[in-house]
Amino acid sequence: MNQTFEFTLDGRVIRAERGQSIMQAADGAGVYIPRLCDVEGLEPEGSCRVCTVKVNGRFAAACTQPAEAGAVVESETAEINHHRRMLVQMLFHEGNHLCPICEASGNCELQAMAYRLGIHQPTRFPYLQPVRPMDASHPDIMLDYNRCIRCGRCIRASADVDGKHIFDFVGRGINKQIGIDADYLAETAASLDDLTFSPGLCPVGCILRKGQGFATPIGQRRFDQEPIGSDIERKREEPA
Amino acid sequence: MSKKRIATVSLAGCFGCHTSFLDIDERLIDLLQLVEFDRSPLNDLKRFTRRCDIGLIEGGCCNEENVHTLQAFRRNCDILVAMGQCAIMGGLPVMRNAIMHSADPLRECLETAYQHSERVYNPSNQIPNDPALPLVLDKVYCLTDVVQIDYQIPGCPPSAETLWQFLSALVTGQPLALEYQQVKYD
Repeated sequence: MNQTFEFTLDGRVIRAERGQSIMQAADGAGVYIPRLCDVEGLEPEGSCRVCTVKVNGRFAAACTQPAEAGAVVESETAEINHHRRMLVQMLFHEGNHLCPICEASGNCELQAMAYRLGIHQPTRFPYLQPVRPMDASHPDIMLDYNRCIRCGRCIRASADVDGKHIFDFVGRGINKQIGIDADYLAETAASLDDLTFSPGLCPVGCILRKGQGFATPIGQRRFDQEPIGSDIERKREEPA
Repeated sequence: MSKKRIATVSLAGCFGCHTSFLDIDERLIDLLQLVEFDRSPLNDLKRFTRRCDIGLIEGGCCNEENVHTLQAFRRNCDILVAMGQCAIMGGLPVMRNAIMHSADPLRECLETAYQHSERVYNPSNQIPNDPALPLVLDKVYCLTDVVQIDYQIPGCPPSAETLWQFLSALVTGQPLALEYQQVKYD
């Protein structure tokens, strides 16, 4: 049985393997589909919906939707990018994302996504300014829940890779937040050796390693020179 | 082409955006071929002399005077531009709204500043309440909470290059095309 097939993404023919999601096939072909909750090494969850595409005219999350032979997928359209901008704007308005004082600024995927999507204009959303805790109890790691976008990467990394189940969601609706399996992080099994606390696992500045703040000068940080997704798009330019 | 009139003001900000504006250096001379300044800290004019084309506003609203000033800018300017993160989303002053984890953040902020801080000498233990002082608002508001804003220039502060390109495009009616590296929220 043939294990490879083709579908189109914004008119470009993409070769996929059986079992791949639309996002995996697109990544392999050097076509970047914006995403926030998905990261290499973890099972996709489809929770942030920034990777929403249209598959044969119907909306689907590219990270969880299996690629199908002959499917017509749309991603970089005005309509879909409008929805993505709204999603990312709402994330900024739902949390306390104070970029000027954030250690993760320049390395933050939420901020980088806003740059990529061209979010520079005033919105009519109110800033909700929720009161959220900070946890500096652990000697090596700090949690600032003000910046959490509930992507669930820490939950999946801690449960599926580290086997510690430190994080989980608590609450419902707008009050849904990340919780830990103790009152304070210092009382958990959290360790710098965990994938959960490795640099870049948390897309924003919610999980921080202590003693490393602002270590990289402005201009040399992860997204200072080129937009998020450029590493994937370069695959298209560099033949294997 | 007649010159555009520009007014600028700093509300609850640190004047960093105005300082960045001055960093456009000798291009200020080029800019003055295209614009003239009305009410602004740059020329120390305290009131509008006539209607302006563009109002550049730095900082959010943390007191009553900020709100009145912002409303005056809206009445007297055709286009309002929020300059910098404090104007766009409240910036550092907005930290008192939620991050202080208090049921009464304004009171806690004032008590910390004037009564409880170890480095404050305040024998009367009073929080300043002279009628001449503008009334402090219950929380810090960004500009779009108060008036309609037409454009915003992100950054803390926006770079001189960004301000220069934005303004020169706006006054000449050219489309604004900032490079990726110029748009920063920090």
